[in-house]
Amino acid sequence: MTIAFPEPQAAVLAKRDAIIAGLQAIVPGEGVITALDERRAFETDALTSYRRVPMVVVLPETTEQVSAILKLCNREGVPVVARGAGTSLAGGAIPQEDAVVLGIAKMNRVLETNFADRTMRVQSGITNLAISGEVAHEGFFYAPDPSSQLACTIAGNVAMNSGGAHCLKYGVTANNILGLKLVTIEGEIVEIGGAALDSPGYDLIGLMVGSEGQLGVVTEVTVRILRQAEGARPVLFGFDEIGQAGRTVADIIGAGIIPVAIEYMDREAIAICEAFAHAGYPLDVEAMLIIEVEGSEAEMEAMLARIVEIARAHQVKVIKESKSAIETAAIWKGRKSAFGATGRVADYICMDGTIPTGRLPEVLAGIDRIVKGYGLRVANVFHAGDGNLHPLVMFNVNDPAEQVKAEHAGEDILRLCVEVGGCLTGEHGVGIEKRDLMREQFSDTDLLQQTRIKSALDPQWLLNPAKVFPLDAPKEAASSTPAKAAA
Amino acid sequence: MTLHTPSTAAELAAIVADARATRSPLAISGGGTRAGLGRPVQAAASLSTTKLTGITLYEPAELVIAARAGTPLAQVVETLAQRGQRLPFEPMDHRGLFGTAGEPTVGGVAAANVSGPARINLGAARDSMIGLKFVNGRGEDIKTGGRVMKNVTGLDLTKTLAGSHGTLAVFHEVCFKVSPLAEREATLVIEGLSDALAIEALSAALGSPFEPTAAAHLPAFDGARARTLLRIEGFGPMITYRTGELAKLLKRFGALETLGEAESGPLWQAVRDAAFVAAGTDPVWRISVAPSKGAAVGTKLAALGGRYFYDWGGGLIWAAVPASGDASAAAIHALAKAAGGHATLVRAPDAVRLSVDVFDPPAAPLMTLQRKLKASFDPDGILNPGHMYAGL
Repeated sequence: MTIAFPEPQAAVLAKRDAIIAGLQAIVPGEGVITALDERRAFETDALTSYRRVPMVVVLPETTEQVSAILKLCNREGVPVVARGAGTSLAGGAIPQEDAVVLGIAKMNRVLETNFADRTMRVQSGITNLAISGEVAHEGFFYAPDPSSQLACTIAGNVAMNSGGAHCLKYGVTANNILGLKLVTIEGEIVEIGGAALDSPGYDLIGLMVGSEGQLGVVTEVTVRILRQAEGARPVLFGFDEIGQAGRTVADIIGAGIIPVAIEYMDREAIAICEAFAHAGYPLDVEAMLIIEVEGSEAEMEAMLARIVEIARAHQVKVIKESKSAIETAAIWKGRKSAFGATGRVADYICMDGTIPTGRLPEVLAGIDRIVKGYGLRVANVFHAGDGNLHPLVMFNVNDPAEQVKAEHAGEDILRLCVEVGGCLTGEHGVGIEKRDLMREQFSDTDLLQQTRIKSALDPQWLLNPAKVFPLDAPKEAASSTPAKAAA
Repeated sequence: MTLHTPSTAAELAAIVADARATRSPLAISGGGTRAGLGRPVQAAASLSTTKLTGITLYEPAELVIAARAGTPLAQVVETLAQRGQRLPFEPMDHRGLFGTAGEPTVGGVAAANVSGPARINLGAARDSMIGLKFVNGRGEDIKTGGRVMKNVTGLDLTKTLAGSHGTLAVFHEVCFKVSPLAEREATLVIEGLSDALAIEALSAALGSPFEPTAAAHLPAFDGARARTLLRIEGFGPMITYRTGELAKLLKRFGALETLGEAESGPLWQAVRDAAFVAAGTDPVWRISVAPSKGAAVGTKLAALGGRYFYDWGGGLIWAAVPASGDASAAAIHALAKAAGGHATLVRAPDAVRLSVDVFDPPAAPLMTLQRKLKASFDPDGILNPGHMYAGL
């Protein structure tokens, strides 16, 4: 347990009863959760080795209620942790003992669907998959597809700028959001963008997406919806060597082909996922690629022919083309259940670094070296097209010393990612997990520009505190001097 | 008037720090081809990035290129083309509209977030920007993002700064995600549609699985028939197939004619650069709305005596309006707002751009956030003061 939490503020805890009364006046009935056993449901997210029971939980149903809650917290100096479905793997929604957890899961309605404009306006507590479900009957979908899409909310996706297997073609959350309704810590309701493809002024959508709840609470989102391709087909490729798989990916992209997804699994991950999903994965290879193409039958055939030719040039050992919808579902079930399946074998921490794809073989060798150095095991699953690695470092949760080793191994892996030109997180976010590693990627001056924005929009640092920025990150109040008036 | 032309990031930082120390605003420029954009900046000194040049990274197999801010865009485009790649957002060239000479630069493209017809399918410039090195208004040299296409480490200042028109920071290096050049392109044309029907046809095509990469409508003007345009890109058989399917889908709107490479390329370049409204010196507006609201905006523009056309499936309207005291600013901001969108005055004399809102002023709470953002980057208003909004 290497990540520190700040001490709860006694002055805030002393006001607990008054704060609860204030929240109950805003959200009546069961919307305010005070009993200890019920609050425990909110003590952690998907980074389950860390937990803190929040002071109180509030579940508003309207933007106006969110505004009133934030006004109250701002006035009383109470930390607020916004929470979607709690699927953050980086501890982005883990509370503190002196915090109000503001859960938006009840705000899950579709407000407007416009097929002609290809947009949807939704409340932010709706799940990622429910958005696609709402428009599937017309053949439309919402593109970014994190593995947790059945459970995760669009609010969380916006907070973390989530990606997924299909982002190689369709982009991440930031590329698929047109508008936001946001509440500031002062309780101000701000509408940014809308159904048009751009909005005036600074790109505040770009700023808010991926800001991990540091700058405001998002209550409504306008997303782009896209028409599904006529068909999609994955193919499995198995290789005897990691390098062959890496060069195959490079040559496919170099040849001007952008498949809709290129997923990579190593021997360990294949074995774990196959045992769980029975997807027909080859067990006698060192590396496997799942490459999916989209389009009409003829288009897919033509694209796959080129891809197969490239894979053959790199001595591919196994080629397994999906022949049916059932086979396609099985192939993706195997990949998408990687985290769950690994959880059945061992406790693990899922890292999320990105690297320039050209450095893949040396980074995989480096990961192997690091993890073995700590006496642990690792399974590697990742998005090979965009270099987003997910090493799953396995350990025994009942052995605290081993857990510390796993965390250190994870940190070393992320340092390696940054060292080769990559970054600490590609889609999961910084949360508490990678907070203390931010200096690996950013100088104090770089960080200071970010924390000045935080200070400008949240002067008391009440929104999701102790996340994203190292606890000793350079902070200074944003300038209160207004920019000099122009002529 | 002093002109600074730093050739290193350190020199750039020193110049800005010095300007801040003496509270002397700087007018920021790249190649100067978009000098007419925004409100005129009144500053005693200017700073040009034209000596900050050179491609610093290009990895074709990783779909990534980085260049220093003053690098001519043409150099990047050509370097990419040699390896069969391109900038996916098809950056608009403003030289035709402004009658400017000079070379568009990488930094200018990023600072103005200029995106062309492909924006509907492949995203805006900001969507392709994955890393940025810049000097803020305090003279601090800062990096954000990086060279990998997925990165959620800390606040995404790259997107925040895209389209900030040099008012928050001076960029000195930009990293882009790139995409393969299409093997072939073709354009489908339907003639004679009204604006409303044309946008309906474009929406039907954009809501189909056949992935048009551009969708525009040129209304009838000066005796020429209206033309509704859809671009299909890809390898040969794909174009044949998709063209056929779109013809079936759009049958009720009229017969489709197919233009080949030779005509398609220049036509989309004209759409990209708003060539259909560039002639003369009349004020030019850029109006962004939901596509389904586009035709109603067109009707109102026609009533103002404007000449206009649609890009982005009807969601982007370029209009030249007869010169008047305020370039019809009040009327056009109002009609854009009524359609749930916003309008930007792209071309007008300096005096007009100083006296009206060039960019649509956001609602008060949003403007407050913009001011806070400006203060966090440039507390003393050194960089391009007043360029986007008066007093900011």
